[in-house]
Amino acid sequence: MISDNIDWTAFAVFVFFFLLVSVMGFVAARWHKPKTLAHIDEWGMGGRQFGTWITWFLVGGDFYTAYTVIAVPALVYAVGAYGFFALPYTILVYPIVFSIMPRLWAVAAKAGHVTAADVVFARYGSRKLELAVAITGVIATMPYIALQLIGMEVVIKALGLNGEIPLIVAFLILAFYTYSAGLRAPALIAFVKDIMIYIVVLVAVAIIPLKLGGYSAVFAAADAAFHAKGSGGIILAPAQYLPYATLALGSAMAAFMYPHTLTGIFASASGETIRKNAILLPAYTLLLGLIALMGYMAYAAGIKPATANDVVPTLFKALFPGWFAGFAFAAIAIGALVPAAVMSIGAANLFTRNFWKAYVNPAVSPAGEAAVAKTVSLVVKLGALAFILLLDNSVALNLQLLGGLWILQTFPAVVFGLFTRWFSGPALLAGWAVGFLGGSYVAWTDGLKPLHTIAFGGGSYTLYVGVLALVANVVVAAVLSAVLGGVRRGVARAA
Amino acid sequence: MKLLLLLPFLGLLWVPFYNQAAPDLFGFPFFYWYQILWVPVSSLLTFIVWRATGRTGDGSDGA
Repeated sequence: MISDNIDWTAFAVFVFFFLLVSVMGFVAARWHKPKTLAHIDEWGMGGRQFGTWITWFLVGGDFYTAYTVIAVPALVYAVGAYGFFALPYTILVYPIVFSIMPRLWAVAAKAGHVTAADVVFARYGSRKLELAVAITGVIATMPYIALQLIGMEVVIKALGLNGEIPLIVAFLILAFYTYSAGLRAPALIAFVKDIMIYIVVLVAVAIIPLKLGGYSAVFAAADAAFHAKGSGGIILAPAQYLPYATLALGSAMAAFMYPHTLTGIFASASGETIRKNAILLPAYTLLLGLIALMGYMAYAAGIKPATANDVVPTLFKALFPGWFAGFAFAAIAIGALVPAAVMSIGAANLFTRNFWKAYVNPAVSPAGEAAVAKTVSLVVKLGALAFILLLDNSVALNLQLLGGLWILQTFPAVVFGLFTRWFSGPALLAGWAVGFLGGSYVAWTDGLKPLHTIAFGGGSYTLYVGVLALVANVVVAAVLSAVLGGVRRGVARAA
Repeated sequence: MKLLLLLPFLGLLWVPFYNQAAPDLFGFPFFYWYQILWVPVSSLLTFIVWRATGRTGDGSDGA
């Protein structure tokens, strides 16, 4: 399992930080001492008391995942400017969060909701719509957890460790402290993870260009490489305008529909906490923009990564001493733990509240809910681990891509009801079904590509299939709501 | 006031407006520094809206 080219300094630094956060994960159960952890509000939401700074670290650690640090530079390295859509995406997400999430928080806090599907059921009284939102959340999250494992796998390999045992060990540690401490564990670890990532990135973006002759040299090297390759470029081709814009917008709308990001929202202490975070979280976006540029730095450094995913680790190994590379790899691996923990908690909350409580045991106590959720969080993580060990990584990638499309289809059901009573539950369910199934079918027939070309009014337009499916979803929901009547009339009729 | 939150969408989704290399800044082509500049601008706009409308009384402050 240990290859000859292992860098022991890097390895020692990596292990030190990994063990440090593991201990923190277990200690987290005593943090902000709850009377009991045997309540889903405590285990699954950290007691709904996280203030501005904890939320900033938690959501930052949870939304900007390890996989982001690996995959965004990988895409920029492979295709150039197009990979930069992550930047407008993570800028536009915050005006959306600011406008929507304080309202969602208020509804959830008032009624004790734990998941988006809880909110939807309370609004529309439809078990089917609740189940649709819950299932979508779970299946969109599973491949996302698997991707965190891929991120961890990449840095573990870069350390010189081969085989699957290190990955399994890392993940089991994660599974156990999440089981025991719940959302408090990733919230506490997020402090360490985010500070480490900030250090790594700020050092990297200051020092790497110095070593490579400045940013103009970095961009020039990338430009030359794309010309030599004959594809990609540091400026978009006109055919990429619409894909770029729709991917950014669609991703921004989908981002806070995921169970893990919503868990961070619901765990906040107040609507003001969320508003302040919509102002403060863009600091991470700045970081992401700089991380993305590592894709170009790879060209300037003249490194030859084995695959695009290896760009960041290879760059660090080539340009930094072993101890700093080890620190950077630890930051990325720990960066995988925080989102993986919150994702499994979010998925477990959905299962517990919207399946177990809804169908198996409606009389379940809050303590019983916590017990079910803890077990499910283990199952979810083991499932993701099996996924990565047994299937090809491309399966997780493709499913995560579809996951974005899927979760975007819950936007109307979750968000519209916060602003209007015009839409009816059955209409939103039909819209979800059309968007989910239609979008999946289109993506499938396109060979699981995120873009689809449509002919319209004599021209042809290529755009993000998730946005296309969302348009169909909203049109169906609106037309049927006009026919069926809104939620008030719908409920009155049912009663 | 809330309409200020639409500005980032206009500024970033109309891609042809900024898809060019010149003028560059600190070695960054326009395409890059323009979008990066939107990070603090968007944050600032949100801050302005927050100060102006803040606790909007939609019950989202636990009250």
